[in-house]
Amino acid sequence: MKEINIFHDAINDGKALASKIKKTDKKIIGYLCSYAPEELIYAAGFHPMRLFSSKSDIILAENHLQSYCCSLVRGVLEDSLSGRLDYLDGTVFPHTCDTIQRLSDIWRMNNRYEFFWDVILPVKLNTQSAKNYMVDVLTRFKKDLEKASGSKITDEDLNKSIQTFNRIRKNLSKIYSLQTKNPGLIKGLDLYALVKGAMIMDRDEVCSLLPKIVSRLEQMNTQKNTAKRIVISGSICDSPDIYQALEDAGGVIVGDDLCTGQRWFEGKIMEDQEPVLAIASRYSDRMVCPAKHIGPAVRGENIVSLAQKTRADGVIFMLLKFCDPHAFDYPYLKEFLDKGGVKSMLIEMDGQLSSLGQLSTRFETFTHMI
Amino acid sequence: MSDTKKHKMKSAKKMRDLMTTYYIDALSASQNNKQVAWITSGGPVEPLLAMDIIPVYPENHAAMIGASKMGDDLCMKAEEMGYSSDLCSYARADISCSVVKGGPIGGLPKPDMLICCNNICGTVLKWYEVQARFYNVPLFILDTPMCHTHYHPETATYVRAQIDEYILFLEQMTKRKFDHEKLMQVGRLSIEGQLLWQKVLNTTRHKPSPMSAFDAFFFLALIVTLRGTRVAVDFYKELNREMEERIQKGIGIVPNEKYRLLWDNLPVWYQLKWLSNTFSDHGACLVADTYTSAWCGTIKYIDKDNFLDSMAEAHTRIYLNIGVDQMAEQVLDMIKFYDVDGFVMHSNRSCKPYSFGQMDIMKIVRDKTGIPVLMIEADMLDSRNFSQSQVETRIDAFMEIIKQRKA
Ligand code: SF4
Ligand code: SF4
Repeated sequence: MKEINIFHDAINDGKALASKIKKTDKKIIGYLCSYAPEELIYAAGFHPMRLFSSKSDIILAENHLQSYCCSLVRGVLEDSLSGRLDYLDGTVFPHTCDTIQRLSDIWRMNNRYEFFWDVILPVKLNTQSAKNYMVDVLTRFKKDLEKASGSKITDEDLNKSIQTFNRIRKNLSKIYSLQTKNPGLIKGLDLYALVKGAMIMDRDEVCSLLPKIVSRLEQMNTQKNTAKRIVISGSICDSPDIYQALEDAGGVIVGDDLCTGQRWFEGKIMEDQEPVLAIASRYSDRMVCPAKHIGPAVRGENIVSLAQKTRADGVIFMLLKFCDPHAFDYPYLKEFLDKGGVKSMLIEMDGQLSSLGQLSTRFETFTHMI
Repeated sequence: MSDTKKHKMKSAKKMRDLMTTYYIDALSASQNNKQVAWITSGGPVEPLLAMDIIPVYPENHAAMIGASKMGDDLCMKAEEMGYSSDLCSYARADISCSVVKGGPIGGLPKPDMLICCNNICGTVLKWYEVQARFYNVPLFILDTPMCHTHYHPETATYVRAQIDEYILFLEQMTKRKFDHEKLMQVGRLSIEGQLLWQKVLNTTRHKPSPMSAFDAFFFLALIVTLRGTRVAVDFYKELNREMEERIQKGIGIVPNEKYRLLWDNLPVWYQLKWLSNTFSDHGACLVADTYTSAWCGTIKYIDKDNFLDSMAEAHTRIYLNIGVDQMAEQVLDMIKFYDVDGFVMHSNRSCKPYSFGQMDIMKIVRDKTGIPVLMIEADMLDSRNFSQSQVETRIDAFMEIIKQRKA
């Protein structure tokens, strides 16, 4: 599908994408976490761009981060220090995990870009005071952005932004549910490209492309697929090879619990409320990430219900090595799934997928077992 | 050597007795109809004491596990339960200890509630969630947003509001009205204890130093566990007297102290004695550290007449909850204050918020002071991440440089 190819092209050449955006005179603001308030960045006239590691060898970042730091953070710092991200005009660090907090300091102290912000979100999301604080933090960020852009962000700007992101999210959601209904309708690799593209491409473009993809998918004839229905859970999954390997092993992705997946795009922003409040509510109420708190067992309940809703045959945990928040949750999520009768397997990745062969074998064993 | 001397400190025995009494009280809490709260080391303990709830510190317990070299075994048990070996070893040891009732005192008393303040790390949040599920008891989270560069007004409002929520939570847990009168008393004792602890730490400015960071690691337990009590105040008064006496008599903890060093990060609990001896064999004394001062470092924000308000700020601005550049500033201050010749950094696999940023601090220290800096790879509790021979070689080489510089 030619619309999907646009996404593939975009994610395959980030540099070209960035220079295309620069030509429109937009400043590019990078970030590493799905709690970054993209709506505000976009409303300020900037281009929000999620950063992924280019997975180059770690050389310069060795002088700043020890080897027991996750590959995402080391990799992105390496990209920055080596100039690969020089197209950035600034970055924003929402509060995420301990590692990101320290990356924020190191980044600021070795600053290479015009703008830098910390958006120190609440960690706990289930109280009124935390919700108020979320509004305060976003309001501060909005002011910072206005200062940077030199012009006010009006309610109209915000409302337009909210509508754009709602549309993007709604359409991604639709694509996922089409896939859940007719697994295999869309290849894992394409799914990956759509989601990743939607986090880095021009949002107006994404917003106009996605509905076209949805309607094409809706018209497609589907064949019955006997592949095993799989849900992926973890932080980010930025290894496209995995999708291929999984499908080759007889699996098909029917849903996910990823920061670069449903956790990021599910949940709508109310369009009839005061816009900053509405944005704040969405970030407080969205599907929670393990670095934030709503209740001690909420993620366990979520993963079981996701597995049930998608009628998954199995769940694959894809965790980045040295990722604390996810590693802490894994034993209990597995236990919840076990109790719910859902089989699961764990894959720990250290960034480089050194042994795809071994991975394929493990996938095969798993799809045969479930 | 310093270790044998330490035992000669009168206060050491006293301190062991006090800790034993404390743990016996905690372990028999339910027989005495007392409630037990587990709380993180940087959490606000004073409201618990005001409500007659016994605070228990899994981190202090984990340190004991480390010092008695029981850490590896408990960590491995956690790994069998599915917890990655890359997670904080305090958390791993505590989580498995709850299940197997292991460790030097057979595990901690069961909590009636959990109080988690995330001013030290995000790990405690996950760890306390695990325990909230395991014990099925209420969890109160005091969320202290990180002050990378500033303490913002909205942060102050948020944390202050949570102090009220905390008090409400304790009223619900105890079914009693909060005792503000008693909080004032506890608050005063807490401040007094922290000031006395700071005074103890300051005594090592003297040459030769009457005690070392290794002693501070040991004497720390009371300001952590009994902060806000008369017992802690009396003890630290006594300890100060003992230090003064040693200073007057010119007794140094390291015989013939020639070199003075600063330590960064948590202790390597299972190697305290060996590390202490290795350094003192070189005539080097670790006179201070960035860790033990965390329990008095924010005293400047506390107002005893306005304890609740100022508590919010003091808990939010502690050492681990500020930016790396601010941490470096504090390190530079300590280097000057204690007049040290070298800086030893423990790159601690377990503690990411403490260890990431260390390399930038190292560079700042080198650039601004020119003193040698050594970074050793270890873990505070899990000795599988420690290579004694490698560390020894590195310490020897480091000490050579220091000797040459001072020659
Ligand atoms: S992968 Fe984990 S440790 Fe790394 S930045 Fe994300 S949440 Fe933090
Ligand atoms: S050692 Fe570090 S990561 Fe572990 S509980 Fe303490 S502050 Fe948190």
